[in-house]
Amino acid sequence: MARTMWDSTVGKKTVMAVSGLIMLLYLVAHMIGNLKIYFGAGEFNHYAHWLRTVGEPFMHYEWTLWLIRVVLIVAVVAHATSAYQLSRRDIKARPSKYVHSRPRASYATRTMRWGGIILGLFLVWHLLDLSTGTVHSGGFQEGHPYQNVVDTFSTWYGDVIYIVAMLALGLHIRHGFWSAAQTLGVGSRARDRALKTIANVLALLLTAGFIAVPVGVMTGVVS
Amino acid sequence: MKLTLRVWRQKNADAEGAMSTYEVDGISSDMSFLEMLDVLNEQLILAGEEPVAFDHDCREGICGACSLVINGDAHGPERTTTCQLHMRSFEDGDTIDIEPWRAAAFPVIKDLVVDRSAFDRIIQAGGYVTAPTGSAPEAHATPVPKADADFAFEHAECIGCGACVAACPNGAAMLFTSAKVNHLNVLPQGAPERETRVLDMVAQMDAEGFGGCTLTGECATACPKGIPLVSITNMNKEWLRATRKAGKR
Repeated sequence: MARTMWDSTVGKKTVMAVSGLIMLLYLVAHMIGNLKIYFGAGEFNHYAHWLRTVGEPFMHYEWTLWLIRVVLIVAVVAHATSAYQLSRRDIKARPSKYVHSRPRASYATRTMRWGGIILGLFLVWHLLDLSTGTVHSGGFQEGHPYQNVVDTFSTWYGDVIYIVAMLALGLHIRHGFWSAAQTLGVGSRARDRALKTIANVLALLLTAGFIAVPVGVMTGVVS
Repeated sequence: MKLTLRVWRQKNADAEGAMSTYEVDGISSDMSFLEMLDVLNEQLILAGEEPVAFDHDCREGICGACSLVINGDAHGPERTTTCQLHMRSFEDGDTIDIEPWRAAAFPVIKDLVVDRSAFDRIIQAGGYVTAPTGSAPEAHATPVPKADADFAFEHAECIGCGACVAACPNGAAMLFTSAKVNHLNVLPQGAPERETRVLDMVAQMDAEGFGGCTLTGECATACPKGIPLVSITNMNKEWLRATRKAGKR
């Protein structure tokens, strides 16, 4: 069954849909967590520490966090690999362009590939910046996420990278969520409007929720 | 009407093609698009040139033979087949670009004619029912719910012209394949092969080198028979169901 899945274009799209939905679910939680920055350093840092102690005493320190990380890494790799393979195939299936051409599909649909690449690059920078601190500006402090976030968004490039990526994320979810529903076969004529609305609301809420953090730092509400 | 036509000319499958420009005069707005091309070809023959090769058969919108991309749209600006497109959809003095279907799985044979036998092989993979032949069965022998009959009929309208593939930025045949799968899978006559049909037809579709679906919706917009985009969703559902069932066996 796994073989049938991976060898078929429909199966690979299923892999993309499921991995995409896993990441989407995580992003909703991540966005809600981020907003705690508006309640001060104490609450935000406490929340970050709690993330490492979830499931104790059954789980050891950071076990739950690592479990989530492993699931996410698998999802990212599965999503990107199937996207790459499907894209290669799609481009090969349409080798010659029309002389008389016009833009096909909506903006969100046309930017899925480049948007995905932007999000992938952003993810690398984001982890190196706020998880490992490798490319962090202003001295990364382990265990002090509030200060680290403020440092990042006090630089112009930190704001630009983040906001551009979050706009790309919104567009990606707008087409991606609805598409995932179609791929998984849950779409129908009756549900189409509802699914499109949910996709738009999710895209808007996530983009706005994530961008609220750099905006907070830029306006001085968070400092 | 006087028109400037830019037409894709290609000697054979291996030759390099290019757009050639022709002028046609005396076109009536009541002519069909293919009749307009007939006028062009008469003109070319009289001038001792090679006429433009294009596919056509019934010229009444039901056979699926005609296949032209007109000004970037499969079957042109109206939602119908090229043969049912009339010159009243154009203005006097217009320049019209005429190209063949573009997809790796539909290689150009000559000028505007492409090889669509990939569709035949998808049908051969499962687009049939194993039913006894002979005289027509008693109409009430196999009851079909009205909703299912309507659903099947909507998909049975597909004439296999390939406009969906031509319009798709990925050269995918998902709309065609889904129309054929859904048409038979919903009916009791198609039930015995319900799982193998969708698995085999999708596998054949992939083997022919068609692209995958990115749900851009261009196929359903181009379809002269109005096969809806949700048809693809339904085929995905059938495919996942069949894959689960095959896994259990």
